[in-house]
Amino acid sequence: MNAATLFGLCGAALVGIGLYGLITNPEPLRKILAFNLLGSGVFLLFGIIARRAAAAGLGGDPVPQAMVITAIVVAFAATAMAIALVQRLGDETGQASISSDSSETGEEKS
Amino acid sequence: MSIASVFDVALVALILTIGASAILVRTAFAAVVMFVVYGLLLSMAWVRLHAVDVALTEAAIGGGMTGLLLLGAVARSRSVNVDSVRVGYPLRLAAGALCALVAAGLAVAIFYPPAPVPTLAPMVMENLPPSGLGNPVAGVLFVFRALDTLLEKVVLLLALLGVWSLAPDHAWGGTPGLQVYARPDPTLIFLAQLLPPVGIVFGIYMCWVGAKDPGGAFQGGTVLAAMWLLVIVAGLQKAPAIGRLWLRVLLVTGPVLFLAIGLAGWVFADAFLAYPAGYAKPLIVAVEAALTLSIAVALGMLAAGPPVRAQQQ
Amino acid sequence: MPAATALEATTADGALLVRAIILPVVGILLSFVLGGRYAERIAAFLLPAGLCVACIVFLKIWQSETSLSYIVGNWKPPLGITLRADGLSVAMMVAMAIVICLIGVFAHANFDSRVASVETRAPMVFWVMLMAISGAMNMIFFGGDLFTLYVALELLTFAAVPLVCLDGRAETLQAALRYLLFALLGSILYLVGTALLYGSYGTLDIVLMSQRVQIEPATLAAATLMTVGLFAKTALFPLHLWLPPAHAGAPAAASAVLSAVVVKGSFFLVVRLWFDAMPGLLSVAASQFIGVLGASAIICGNIVALRQKRLKLLIAYSTVAQIGYLFLMFPLAADPLHLQYGDVLTGGMLQAISHATAKAAMFMAAGLVYAALGHDQISELGGIARALPMTMFAFGLGGLCLIGLPPTGGFLAKWLLLEATIATEQWWWAIVIVAGGLLTSAYVFIVLSRAMGPPSAPLILRAAVPKYQEVAALGLALLSVLLGLVALGPIDVLQVGRPEAPMAWLR
Repeated sequence: MNAATLFGLCGAALVGIGLYGLITNPEPLRKILAFNLLGSGVFLLFGIIARRAAAAGLGGDPVPQAMVITAIVVAFAATAMAIALVQRLGDETGQASISSDSSETGEEKS
Repeated sequence: MSIASVFDVALVALILTIGASAILVRTAFAAVVMFVVYGLLLSMAWVRLHAVDVALTEAAIGGGMTGLLLLGAVARSRSVNVDSVRVGYPLRLAAGALCALVAAGLAVAIFYPPAPVPTLAPMVMENLPPSGLGNPVAGVLFVFRALDTLLEKVVLLLALLGVWSLAPDHAWGGTPGLQVYARPDPTLIFLAQLLPPVGIVFGIYMCWVGAKDPGGAFQGGTVLAAMWLLVIVAGLQKAPAIGRLWLRVLLVTGPVLFLAIGLAGWVFADAFLAYPAGYAKPLIVAVEAALTLSIAVALGMLAAGPPVRAQQQ
Repeated sequence: MPAATALEATTADGALLVRAIILPVVGILLSFVLGGRYAERIAAFLLPAGLCVACIVFLKIWQSETSLSYIVGNWKPPLGITLRADGLSVAMMVAMAIVICLIGVFAHANFDSRVASVETRAPMVFWVMLMAISGAMNMIFFGGDLFTLYVALELLTFAAVPLVCLDGRAETLQAALRYLLFALLGSILYLVGTALLYGSYGTLDIVLMSQRVQIEPATLAAATLMTVGLFAKTALFPLHLWLPPAHAGAPAAASAVLSAVVVKGSFFLVVRLWFDAMPGLLSVAASQFIGVLGASAIICGNIVALRQKRLKLLIAYSTVAQIGYLFLMFPLAADPLHLQYGDVLTGGMLQAISHATAKAAMFMAAGLVYAALGHDQISELGGIARALPMTMFAFGLGGLCLIGLPPTGGFLAKWLLLEATIATEQWWWAIVIVAGGLLTSAYVFIVLSRAMGPPSAPLILRAAVPKYQEVAALGLALLSVLLGLVALGPIDVLQVGRPEAPMAWLR
């Protein structure tokens, strides 16, 4: 197995882990963290796709690499917005949770 | 097994362990600390994938700035102390199965790459010389897929406005509440006095070499933003009020210049976002410089959060 | 999407597409610098200008019967990005531009930025986000590249989420947070798909992709993940739970734009994905599954809507149901060799457009009722039809369109779908369509009969409702009714740029 495939499997596993955290963790802040983990797994997939397409003297295909840079910035912006929302919600209610009752938390991602 | 592949296997194992524990660990604070470590490890993975551009971005934004944001949020919400209601066991099992299925599906997709792996690398290298750029990633971002890059800047501005929109009405136009969790600390103040000059030089350098080597506007911008935030967190300077005209102008300078040059291309180079022959490099460097500044301000303000205090007149 | 020849060059008038995209961007940048006090004036100029561009593009495509394309920066795919406008995109573009303009008229009363001497929060945010939504929608309609579409999708998300919690109440903040998390999950799943597709085909250009695509594990994984992600963003059952609180909690003008416009963006991408980027890849089983989700949305959404006590929540659940109809086109159009294929796509798009006009009108009407009464409890609506006759008339007309009575746009859309169920011998979907119409008529009737009934206590109006707001709502409602008449005119524009169905799949 070469390095690209290895990191590709790592990316796939990270997507799984992040998705699990996003679905099961009730705390919004932890959900945001899981979203970032999931995102980094996806970026890694772009990375191995770039790496295995190395040609023309380059270490990787620059097109997916450029896309990752764009996507990282977008993910950061999303994180900033989500955190600001969580904090404002915390200020308004004294606690931050996205579901008013716990039974809904289960359903919402099914 | 060579040393490199041993290192790779160890790195992947470490990334997965830290990543999984960031999800599973009990307290939010520990999770965020794990996440910051994870971000650093991940940028090493990017170096191993021969993507230094991405490694820099990932280290600066994915690890550094996101970690800073999450740490700040945890520090503020600790007093709130959220009682985490765990999702029921059967549901977690189902979620686990679903996620395993997704991961397995992706793994299968990776295990069977297409027979000749398609690549645009030769085409990029073939078409890069007219632009005068030496860095193929910068070429993709500013020449071939310039529209994406322009739109992404608008996304950044919208996200910033979205963050600001979470301010209470009376605080609109006022200063962000970053200082809320900043305690004056001698070490921090020392760092804040020492690092920014170095960081600013480094950020500008990264932006300049971005045209030829890895680096570039984003990474330069984030280093600048990080330095600026450090100054603010240390209490040496206040975050600017969001209503300030100079702030607004800085925010839009990059996108406006980009758009203006794109429109000029319509007249002089026959297509929107095309560069006239011979002028490509200076134009792109100008756009990058302006974007670096705008991105630094936007990222910094995104991290600083919504305004909490009305502006003092 | 146009055939491969369109890849060769920018068509005459292709520059119009660039204009449609940069106009809103200019507006956003200008608003940041000039400040919120000018944001409304900028929008008042740029949104109608966008509508004009949309109409010109529409006329060009309708008359020439060919698609437009524009190669950005003269870099052809796979290296560069091409903007393309076909029949589906221009029809949606014009409809959305009209709806957004009328929402702008309506919103003037609530987000007048000129009354204050300094920039204020809500108007600044609202007008900038409205321009951003119009730009993002145009980008989604024209984007010829799956990654550009991802950026457009994020643009749409970041513009839509803040509108939900403009009032800053805890419950709307909660709704916005939930919406944001669902939307982020949706876009990241979409992004995984683009990564895999690029890995397999070395391009994300939709036309190039359609020529190269074949059935293999990575493509199927990509298509599945992207579809699920877009379903989450479109709030297709069972991923709809974020929608009702978000759409019902937002200010009326924002609800209208969220329900009428924003959910159509991700829906449009699903259509692009399956019918343009990966034609012929949709298996019968998968299409039936999507149909089942749509049917469940229709039945569940309508039944839950029927049980709501608040008018805005009722309308929001009705959106969940109406979204279901959009996805019935997948099983009906799954067989591209079938003669009804083109009609089904037309029906689906008409459903999207007529729902946009009708639902915007209904949310506006509900907003006016709320403003007048200070609440929107359905049981307390007595007498409102006498107090606000034009508003309730608009609500009723919108309701007729949702039910699908002739000559409304909803009727034409559902008729086309019904015809297809018979032609393709899938009668079970016909039952769902008819049952959905009956359930819809039940709750529209309940609301109208309450509104026309006598008040339980003497009706006190809290605030006077500006006439122009009522006119805007009525205008949209009339549009939704008259939309059925497009059958006599420009309906074939939707087919422009569609490959001749049987030929495209015989390669």
